[in-house]
Amino acid sequence: MASAGGPRPRAGAGLRAEGWGWRHAGREGWAVRGLDLVIEPGERVLLLGASGAGKSTLVQAFAGVLGGVDEGHEEGSLLVDGQPPEGVRGRVGLLMQDPDSQVVLARVGDDVAFGCENLGVPRDEIWRRVGLGLAAVGLDLPLEHPTAALSGGQKQRVALAGVLAMRPGVILLDEPTANLDPAGVTEVRDAVAAVVRDSDATFVVIEHRVDIWLDVVDRVVVLAPGGGVLADGDAATVLRERGAELARDGVWVPGIDPLGGRPVRSARPGAAWGGPEAVLLPDGLRESAGQAPRPDAATPSTEPGSSATAVPARRGELLLSGRGLAVARVPGRVVADGIGLELRAGEATAITGPNGAGKTTLALTLAGLLPASGGDVIAAPVLARGVSGSRRARRAARRRDARPRPTRSATDAPAPAPRIRSSSELLADPIVWRSRELLTRVGTVFQDPEHQFVTGTVRGELEVSLRALKLPDEEIDARVLEVSGRLRLDALLRANPYTLSGGEKRRLSVASALVARPRVLLLDEPTFGQDSRTWAELVRLLAEQLDRGTAIVAVTHDRAFIDALADQEIVVAEGAGALAPAKGGLA
Amino acid sequence: MSSTAATDALTPPRGAQAIYRVNPVAKLAAALALSLLLLVTIDAVSAAVALVLESVLFFWAGLGPRAFFRRTAAIWIAAPLAGVTTLLYGVSAGQSYLQFGLLHVSDGSIALALATVLRILAIGLPAVVLFATIDPTDLADGLAQVWRLPSRFVLGALAGMRLLGLFFDDWRQLELARRARGLGDTGRLRRFANQAFALLVLSIRRGSKLATAMEARGFGGDTVRTWARPSPFGVKEWLLITLGVVIGVVALAAAVVTGSFNFVIG
Repeated sequence: MASAGGPRPRAGAGLRAEGWGWRHAGREGWAVRGLDLVIEPGERVLLLGASGAGKSTLVQAFAGVLGGVDEGHEEGSLLVDGQPPEGVRGRVGLLMQDPDSQVVLARVGDDVAFGCENLGVPRDEIWRRVGLGLAAVGLDLPLEHPTAALSGGQKQRVALAGVLAMRPGVILLDEPTANLDPAGVTEVRDAVAAVVRDSDATFVVIEHRVDIWLDVVDRVVVLAPGGGVLADGDAATVLRERGAELARDGVWVPGIDPLGGRPVRSARPGAAWGGPEAVLLPDGLRESAGQAPRPDAATPSTEPGSSATAVPARRGELLLSGRGLAVARVPGRVVADGIGLELRAGEATAITGPNGAGKTTLALTLAGLLPASGGDVIAAPVLARGVSGSRRARRAARRRDARPRPTRSATDAPAPAPRIRSSSELLADPIVWRSRELLTRVGTVFQDPEHQFVTGTVRGELEVSLRALKLPDEEIDARVLEVSGRLRLDALLRANPYTLSGGEKRRLSVASALVARPRVLLLDEPTFGQDSRTWAELVRLLAEQLDRGTAIVAVTHDRAFIDALADQEIVVAEGAGALAPAKGGLA
Repeated sequence: MSSTAATDALTPPRGAQAIYRVNPVAKLAAALALSLLLLVTIDAVSAAVALVLESVLFFWAGLGPRAFFRRTAAIWIAAPLAGVTTLLYGVSAGQSYLQFGLLHVSDGSIALALATVLRILAIGLPAVVLFATIDPTDLADGLAQVWRLPSRFVLGALAGMRLLGLFFDDWRQLELARRARGLGDTGRLRRFANQAFALLVLSIRRGSKLATAMEARGFGGDTVRTWARPSPFGVKEWLLITLGVVIGVVALAAAVVTGSFNFVIG
């Protein structure tokens, strides 16, 4: 039994599913079917299974939030402590992925108190539990602190404190770290581990990154995609016996490399550029990819992967560069400055650094989506060829040029004089290009795929840029088929993009940028929360693009991704805004 | 990077002045009582009297002059505009000064214009000043605990307001995404409509996720809810409401005594 004083949940509740199944309203297939599962009070379970195996559906059902008969069709029985979940509100606490929708109220204290209020806990007791809950997740913040000012990891911990304050008998976590950067993942994991250690509550977590939770759980259950349980037992046994199978389904199994230990780049740094004839074209992609790089620039260097290489290992053609860049999300509020970088054909650049340092803002500035606050984004003539720009954007750029340009540290330099750019100089700045002109030159994949969906079908998403380019119908059809086949979207062409799974949404967002064949591709956290299968597919696909001569820039925290692809790493430092190429130096 | 404007709106700094500690529900009631009384008549005298009495209270409200004029700017603009319109098109009576097509400036329309300007100020200014010091969370507490409005509705709206803050960020993202997807060259109006629809879709999706999260924390169950924050309603609150009523009544009395009372209906 939990001590009465602590923030501990009461004694754990048992969970039981008997021949249970659920079909969402309007769907033909069952999300879960024929499931028999017993989780004893106090057990700590990691729930695995391929994407679409119904893991989320199951925990939502246990939490009693799946909805009634209008939301779907249920069969079999599902019990918490021997009762239907709807009847034991408060016995089950649930924490889900998206930090923004886990927080309910505007202040930290009020938010933690919210669950207790709903359960009718007396006022004095509520505030006692709020204090204990926040302490249990290691948050030392004033109760008045605005929840809008919290980081993603902090939001998840506040929500967890709110769950704990309800003293649930079961704590269910549905990929609580999927939307967090590595620091946030560790932060939330440690908070959960501490809570689970001190509590008698039953604990179930869904997560495809097994290593995060391995120390916390004592049982692993794998759901089969068609329904039922695929494997069940202690973590070591299940991973030993089913590891390879799980990895194939997208689970990150410790010790199994999703890429199978093979390098994905046909010409890694160190190897000289092989020339167009050596370029590995993916099946079906037969278009000659861009310009051949300057052979004279290919300078063989020391061994592959060496980060001590002083001479750039392999240089393709310069496509886009930034000089003395100052970037600002909101005009005038510079988040990083003094940035210089060069993007070359067939080379991958990783932009790394702590949260809030301005990585995304830098990427969006390079992408011609945000105007630079200072310095220049310059497209090489080969990239800028053929653009006429939009008149309004040119006028806006001239107006910005005429104003003194703000820098972040106003003290250390005299305000630069207004500058005057010639027409051709102006046209080298992607911010003045027409939206349509950007498509084939600089493509952008946003961090949240939902932000970039503009139509109601997957096919529509893939076609929309091609229609903007006014390509003939046959060409559009051919390209859509090619890219959708390549990214396993061909069966989903008529589906609504919003109804796709996380991995499918990511693949679609990448596909819809690639379909226009941009020379430079920018991706913002492309691998966040992805299962290992999608991850490996993305890495391979991007490697192919590099081989075709596309320049790739990725804002990322993902070390494995960087190791697999990047030729150079640019670190955007917090505060200083200074940059240091950390790999394969292209300063 | 999430919008600070929205943060401020949901968690405004709580000032030290007495007005910040008055239950928001009382502020609502006071503003409502005053407006209803002032809407009975349309004449310059009652509005002027009310405005003079109110201006004494504005100092007490705890907004500095800068904050006061910044927050009430819309009313200072709207009032004269309404005045000019009334001046030009209002009911004509007495001496006529200017006539040009439909425009007709006369004694009657001048008096009516003056009354309109003063009335908008007399009703609008105190309302804005009172509402400016309302914390949305406190308001929800008051509506549910003092006025006994259904907590489901009140708290749902409060939680929804938090999502409004994400609108600004979403809108900017959608704008950039449309440019990146090659849709940035079409007409502005069409793009706006299209983008507004996308924002709606995003909001509904986020709203339903939030609803699930709230439900998971026991919201909407059968248990009688308790409240972590008390919402006291006592002397201060009654005093404010009384002040609102007194100002209204004094203003009306002044109008009746001076003979300028002008009943709105009829």
